Amino acid sequence: MAAQANTEILHIEDNKFRYTLREMKRSRGLYLLMAPFFILFTIFTFVPVVMSLPMGFTNFNMVQLPQWVGLDNFYVLFLEDEVFLKAIQNTLIFAVVTGPISYILCFLLAWLINEMPGALKTVFTFIFYAPTLAGNIYTTWQLIFSGDTYGIANAYLIKLGILNGARQWLTDANYIFGVVIVVQLWMSLGAGFLSLRAGLQGIPRDRYEAAAVEGVKNRMQELLMVTVPAMGPQMLFAAVMQIVSSFTAGDVGRTLTAFPSTDYAAHTIMTHAYDYGSIRFEMGYASAICFVLFGVMILANWGIKKLLGRYLD
Amino acid sequence: MASKKRKQIGKSRAGDIAIFIMLMLVGLFMLFPIYLSVIQSVKPSQELFLFPPKLYAIAPTGQNFVDLLNTASNMWVPFSRYIFNSVFVAVVVTICQLLFSSSAAYVLAKGEFPGKRALNKAIELALLFTSSVMFIMQYMVMAFMGLIDTYFAITLPYIATPMGLFLMRQFMGQIPDAIIEAAKLDGAGHMRTCWQVVIPNVKPAILTLMIFAFQGAWQVTGYSFIYSEELKPLPTVMQQISSAGIARAGVAAAAVVITMIPPIAVFLFCQSNVMETMAQSGMKD
Repeated sequence: MAAQANTEILHIEDNKFRYTLREMKRSRGLYLLMAPFFILFTIFTFVPVVMSLPMGFTNFNMVQLPQWVGLDNFYVLFLEDEVFLKAIQNTLIFAVVTGPISYILCFLLAWLINEMPGALKTVFTFIFYAPTLAGNIYTTWQLIFSGDTYGIANAYLIKLGILNGARQWLTDANYIFGVVIVVQLWMSLGAGFLSLRAGLQGIPRDRYEAAAVEGVKNRMQELLMVTVPAMGPQMLFAAVMQIVSSFTAGDVGRTLTAFPSTDYAAHTIMTHAYDYGSIRFEMGYASAICFVLFGVMILANWGIKKLLGRYLD
Repeated sequence: MASKKRKQIGKSRAGDIAIFIMLMLVGLFMLFPIYLSVIQSVKPSQELFLFPPKLYAIAPTGQNFVDLLNTASNMWVPFSRYIFNSVFVAVVVTICQLLFSSSAAYVLAKGEFPGKRALNKAIELALLFTSSVMFIMQYMVMAFMGLIDTYFAITLPYIATPMGLFLMRQFMGQIPDAIIEAAKLDGAGHMRTCWQVVIPNVKPAILTLMIFAFQGAWQVTGYSFIYSEELKPLPTVMQQISSAGIARAGVAAAAVVITMIPPIAVFLFCQSNVMETMAQSGMKD
């Protein structure tokens, strides 16, 4: 009896390190199961990410070894680089406009498709996901918004008498931002949208039946009382994907409008990083730019989780 | 029968039709640019630069596709080799990503072990991380391991994506713990619980991840990791063909259409299977 009590006490006094070790031994089956993923993840993602982080504090031109310059890059970014300030402004406006709109579109369309009968679901999911599926087909928008009268938007708007002359959709600073937003929204039904579709597919039918018995009367009530509560994890996934795509936008603007765009109207943080990283080869400075973006995205992610957590958890 | 059961009070036919019309309108907007690029690929070259632009081909032709085939068959490395490379990369990456992400996601969603929080955090941060020096660091790691200019360089880095793991973890988290406890009581180990209990219950997620994985792998170019022409995947050669400018505008349009087909096929296969899982009742907690 006494001996048993003794070991109990030993158990409690056992230090944390040994406890952890024992727990790790106990869970070796779990470690083994996730080993293939995490070995590859460590080598090809984690190590390169960790190696990339300090580059923002260096001067690095890919020819000479990186040179430590402390916070110099960040001083230049925020105090001297006016284009960067414009880029931050554009990125934030862009994210605030397209982020919520495409998130709501993703959910709304995923849900409306779910109300359709069988085969139509596949058809509509395909149509809405097609822009993402088709890769870089967004360059076709160049044909539509081309500035001369050959441009489809110009040709047809003139023909209908809405415009009286060709508009420079892709080079006039007044239109660029709007055009880029339209194209970005067009291709925003991506990973988040599909995961929401899959999530809706997995809600057990008996829950709808139970809700109907309990007096849920219309589609709206069913959506709010049955569907949304069952979709928490998918909605969070879609939100994170939305943050990533809204804040890292830049390719669309860079490809469609001239680079750099007129008055930097389509210049985002990613465009700026592309400019310094892939054209000027000032990799240190480009890393500093990406470092700032990383910080902004972590903040946005934290905020969204707080916001969604209030409704979903 | 099944669809009749779905009909409930308050779900009128009129509502269905209204939703259908709404979806059609958005759908037309989504399809228009894609329709345009398909039309471009069947226009003879004199029609590509007509004024005013036509939204249809007056005399549709397969000439661009024939030209693409001719260009492709006159290459130094046989065209079939590029196709093989891309198919090989896509199949290996897709299969490994499905296997590895789902087993790791099971552990992170349902396991209890030291280090769980740290791993979840690492995945989340990696998902948010973008950097223009990332590829340099990846190059250095791969060079250190001697992987440059091998098939490993265009498969291994694309298997363990944080996005795939995150997706699977979100879905697996919804499976009731009771089912897993029951499997444990029946004497199933982690491996069996994961593969025979959890994974069959997240079939829509698996099929969705399959779409993402294939789509991602199909776009792998391997620029700066692959130098040998015979190891390069399809997108690189498609870009070479279409970079010849206006003279090949039609051929380029044909190349875009051709490369679109495999991901679309995989999508349709997976998506129609996702719909089938609807028939079985789910097990969400």
